[in-house]
Amino acid sequence: MSVAQAWDADKARTRITELEGLPGALLPILHSLQEEFGYIDEAAIALIADALNISKAEVHGTISFYHDFRHSPPGRHTLKICRAESCQSMGCDKLISHVENRLGAKLGQTTEDGSFTAEQVFCLGLCALSPAVMLDGKPYGRVTADVADSLIDGARRRM
Amino acid sequence: MSTRIYVPCDAAALAMGADVVARAIETQIAARRLDAEVVRNGSRGMFWLEPLVEVDTPKGRVGYGRVIPEAVEGMFDRNLIEGGAHPLCIGLTEEHPYLKKQERLTFARCGITDPLSIDDYKAHNGYRGLQRALNMSASGIVDEVLNSGLRGRGGAGFPTGIKWRTVLNTAADQKYIVCNADEGDSGTYADRMIMEGDPFVLIEGMTIAGIAVGATMGYIYIRSEYPHAVRTMRRAIEIARANGYLGTNVCGTGKSFDLDVRMGAGAYICGEETSLLESLEGKRGQIRPKPPLPAIQGLFGKPTVMNNVISLATVPIILDKGAEFYRDFGMGRSRGTLTIQLAGNIKYGGLVEKAFGITLREAIYDFGGGTATGRPLRAVQVGGPLGAYFPESLLDTPLDYEKFAELKGLVGHGGIVVFDDTVDLAKQARFAMEFCAIESCGKCTPCRVGSTRGVEVIDRIIANEDRTKNLELLDDLCELLLDGSLCALGGLTPYPVLSAVRYFPEDFSKPASLPVASLSAQEKQPWH
Ligand SMILES: Cc1cc2nc3c(=O)[nH]c(=O)nc-3n(C[C@H](O)[C@H](O)[C@H](O)COP(=O)(O)O)c2cc1C
Ligand code: SF4
Ligand code: FES
Repeated sequence: MSVAQAWDADKARTRITELEGLPGALLPILHSLQEEFGYIDEAAIALIADALNISKAEVHGTISFYHDFRHSPPGRHTLKICRAESCQSMGCDKLISHVENRLGAKLGQTTEDGSFTAEQVFCLGLCALSPAVMLDGKPYGRVTADVADSLIDGARRRM
Repeated sequence: MSTRIYVPCDAAALAMGADVVARAIETQIAARRLDAEVVRNGSRGMFWLEPLVEVDTPKGRVGYGRVIPEAVEGMFDRNLIEGGAHPLCIGLTEEHPYLKKQERLTFARCGITDPLSIDDYKAHNGYRGLQRALNMSASGIVDEVLNSGLRGRGGAGFPTGIKWRTVLNTAADQKYIVCNADEGDSGTYADRMIMEGDPFVLIEGMTIAGIAVGATMGYIYIRSEYPHAVRTMRRAIEIARANGYLGTNVCGTGKSFDLDVRMGAGAYICGEETSLLESLEGKRGQIRPKPPLPAIQGLFGKPTVMNNVISLATVPIILDKGAEFYRDFGMGRSRGTLTIQLAGNIKYGGLVEKAFGITLREAIYDFGGGTATGRPLRAVQVGGPLGAYFPESLLDTPLDYEKFAELKGLVGHGGIVVFDDTVDLAKQARFAMEFCAIESCGKCTPCRVGSTRGVEVIDRIIANEDRTKNLELLDDLCELLLDGSLCALGGLTPYPVLSAVRYFPEDFSKPASLPVASLSAQEKQPWH
């Protein structure tokens, strides 16, 4: 799942037009833009506000309310690590330190070479197989430090 | 007929390599020119066995688990296709005690059928509830749900029939059914399993709800952490529509009902019903004061039935088999079955559907087999991040809404998270406060500010600064949250915190330890 097409106002407009007629269209539009570009560019705010006939402040306020929406492009791979209670009971804290060291990036950050963004999540619904992570949308359970290393190395090899 | 070999497509099975196993099986089928096909089913909910491969034989379905890709060739060498013996073989899946001891009503089909085969669905009693409902009056359907004793499985345990009755009795030009599939509680995955493993049962339940209260449109709000569930639900909706089960002429009756899936965006608070409605309307997910109830003024100001996935997915069997059949399960005012989800540090984690009244101990030991690490169990948290931490001495508590309420705990959505003796309850209490601070919608001060203060106070307790005074302060803060919060995020965060202090005081009087690292707040970078 390589994302992050460069921002393109025309593409954004097409995506917005596809969805603007839906009742409650704002979240679907934001998801669609993030799917296309990997983040929500600041320039999208005016386009969305225009299309939905709401204020820019409202669009901005909504984007910042939700943890999912990014303000800047992510790395080529996104590694989401669960740190909710079930995964805590199986040592996700240690796993997180290990991964942060390995990547040289903290949760919420992107590695310097732009290869990985590490993110925290609260529960992936894989709690019978904690600790759990999701790499580029693919789930993994019972993730040990070794498993995490091979996931990271594997993704690096795929670029 | 070609032999069916089942390999689950449930996200938890995928998380253990099910796709790779499925490919390995297909390779063997092709190489050996066998008359067999791979069918992707939902999960049976025995996650320690995933990927659980099953082969359909004349004796029944023979299971193999946990299958790793490297084992597949050897399984075929030993006549997998006829259910041949192998070290990974668990015998007939249905005879496995974990399943045999359950009462699977809501999950009757999950893991058995191909989730996207509407023929499979119908062959396993699917759409019988709707057929019966279509021959009943609206009020008759609502009575059936009311008399079944079904209470909301999303956490609050409110009688589903009463909610439906309110919407039925509120006149409006448009009404909605909203399915709450935000499933944010740690330790829970029943909603996910149903959506990935038996999506038509949710569609059927929502259709029955729509017919009952006079709603023509429904939304399923699924958290973004569940991309597989989103995909499966969307495809199932298209299939149901193509087969005349959704749309402007449901089952040829001239009645309308249609569905759409919407995705959340990583906010725990959006599981609360009014916040969810705001989010569906395209706004910040801030809590709305109640009244007005969503049943009277819900989505876009219209009367709205909002129910959890499991509540709605239980409606078809109630309509099919009757209220009495369902009500006969359970204890006290908790009728029917609870879909328990065993999670955390547990040996046999999985889905256990049992009549209410089973004790925590039975769930954790008879089904779960104790801790995964083999160390002594020290604490369990039931009901998600707002649920209390119970010590081992409370394990004989039966799972029942009222019994848990008496102990200032929650059954919630039925998740049980087990911790072994390495757990530090001061740290868990701190996390509860921190989670509240991260997820607060910001509407009320006690929750927004008090939770951050709570983290600081617990930090001082851990650091052994003025412990007595700070424990009192923590108590006061909890009181403030309990009394001064608009919704249960702020209002119930004291449950895990105070239960930790009460049942595990020794964790708050240890020698000072290093400060707990704060969760990287994942501060969003400013625009640039
Ligand atoms: C903070 C908070 C989070 C909640 N999260 C969920 C959730 O993820 N899923 C859910 O069904 N109900 C959740 N609820 C409960 C809902 O507000 C509501 O009671 C439920 O959707 C009603 O459906 P039910 O009667 O079928 O349970 C949450 C409540 C609160 C206060
Ligand atoms: S208690 Fe917290 S989450 Fe609930 S309404 Fe108040 S601020 Fe929002
Ligand atoms: S708590 Fe980590 S997957 Fe649920």
